[in-house]
Amino acid sequence: MNLIDIFITSILTGNIILTNFLGICPFIGTSDREKNAIGMGISVSIVVTISSILTYLIYHYILVPTDTTYLKTIIFILIIASMVQVIELLLKKYFPSLHQALGIYLPLITTNCAVLGIALLNVNNEYNFLQTLVFSIGSSIGFTLVMYLFASIRERMETSHIPRCFKGAPIALITAAIMALLFSRYGG
Amino acid sequence: MKTIINGIIKENPTFVLLLGLCPTLAVTNKFESSYIMGFCVLVVLLFSNFVISIIKKLIPESVRIPVYILIIGTFVTIVELLLKEYVPTLHKALGIYLPLIVVNCIVLGRALTVASKKSVGQSILDAIGIGIGFTLALSLIGFIREIFGTNTITLIDGLSEVLEIGKLKYINVINLPIFPINILASPSGAFLTLGLLVGIFNAIRNRKGRGKLESN
Repeated sequence: MNLIDIFITSILTGNIILTNFLGICPFIGTSDREKNAIGMGISVSIVVTISSILTYLIYHYILVPTDTTYLKTIIFILIIASMVQVIELLLKKYFPSLHQALGIYLPLITTNCAVLGIALLNVNNEYNFLQTLVFSIGSSIGFTLVMYLFASIRERMETSHIPRCFKGAPIALITAAIMALLFSRYGG
Repeated sequence: MKTIINGIIKENPTFVLLLGLCPTLAVTNKFESSYIMGFCVLVVLLFSNFVISIIKKLIPESVRIPVYILIIGTFVTIVELLLKEYVPTLHKALGIYLPLIVVNCIVLGRALTVASKKSVGQSILDAIGIGIGFTLALSLIGFIREIFGTNTITLIDGLSEVLEIGKLKYINVINLPIFPINILASPSGAFLTLGLLVGIFNAIRNRKGRGKLESN
C-alpha cells in the first residue's frame, strides 16, 4: 500500500476511534469541552508518534532476532508507560507552560488503548519504518480531529432537550454512531 | 454471593460503570467472539485480582501501577498463547483486542480499587461478579448485533473444532427469516446498540430508584 493511501485511510475511513474503537475512554470521558479535546488530542499524538518509532525499532531489532515476539504485549506496554513518564519529566523541566496545559492528560495516556493499539497494528499489518511513521501520524490526526468535532457537538447538545435516561454517555454513543456512519462513507 | 450479584447488576462494568468499551464495541459483531472475549477478560481479571491481593503488602506504593500492569500483562500473554495454540480461528477473530486487555480499564480499575485493599476471598468474588457481568453484557450486545445485523446466529463455530462436538454442528450457524439491518453489523451499529442499551438500562434503574423513594 502506498504512503498517501495509508495516510488518508488512517485519518478518515479507517479512523482510529470510529472504526477501530481505540481510545474510546477519553473519547467519551474528556471530550465534553473543545479545549480538553484539543489537549488530549495533542498529548496522544505526541505519545503515539514517539512510541510507534520506539516499538518498531525494539520489535524489529531486539524481539525478532531473539525470537521472543510473544513478549510484545508486555514489552510494548512497559515502553509506553516509561516513555510517558519521561515525556512528563522533560516537559516539566523545559516547557513548564506546556506541562501545565497538558499535565493532567499525560498520566491517563498509559492506559489509553489507542497508543498500545497503534503499536500492535503496526506489527500486525507488517508495516515498514516509513509506513509505520505515516500510519501513526495519520491516526493521531484522525484521533484529534474526531475528538474536536465530537466535543463541539457535545457542547451544543448541552442546551438541547434529551430524555433524562439518555443524558450523558448514551446520547454521546448514539452521536458517535452517526459520526461513524459518515466517516465510513468517505470511502465512496 | 452478594458481591457477585453486585458486579453483575449494580456495578455492571459495561452498562453502569462504562469501562472497557474498546473490546465491547470491537468484537461484538459475532455472538461467539463476544462471549469468548468476555470469558478471556474474566480469566485475566480472576488471576490478576488473586495474585495482586496476595502480594499487595510487598509492593511499594510508588510503583504500584507499573507492577499491576506487569502482572496483568503476564496473564494476558498466557491467555493469548493458549488461544493461539488451541483455537487459532478465534485468536484471529479477536485480533489486537486480545492483547489490549492489558490496558482494559476494568482489570486495572478492579486491581486498584478492590484487589489492593480487600482480602483474597473478597477480591476473587469481586472478579467473578464483574467478569460475569462483563461477559453477559458483551453477549447481549453480540446477540442483538448479529441476529438483527446479519440475521444469523453463531453459537459455536471456532470452538467446535476444539470441543469435537460434531453432533452439535447444526446449531453452529442458524439462518433466521428476519430482514437484516445491515447497519448493526457495521462499526456505527456498535455505538448505536451500546448507546440504546445504556439508555434503556438507565431508564430501568431510574424507575426502580423512584419506586424505592415512594415506598419510603
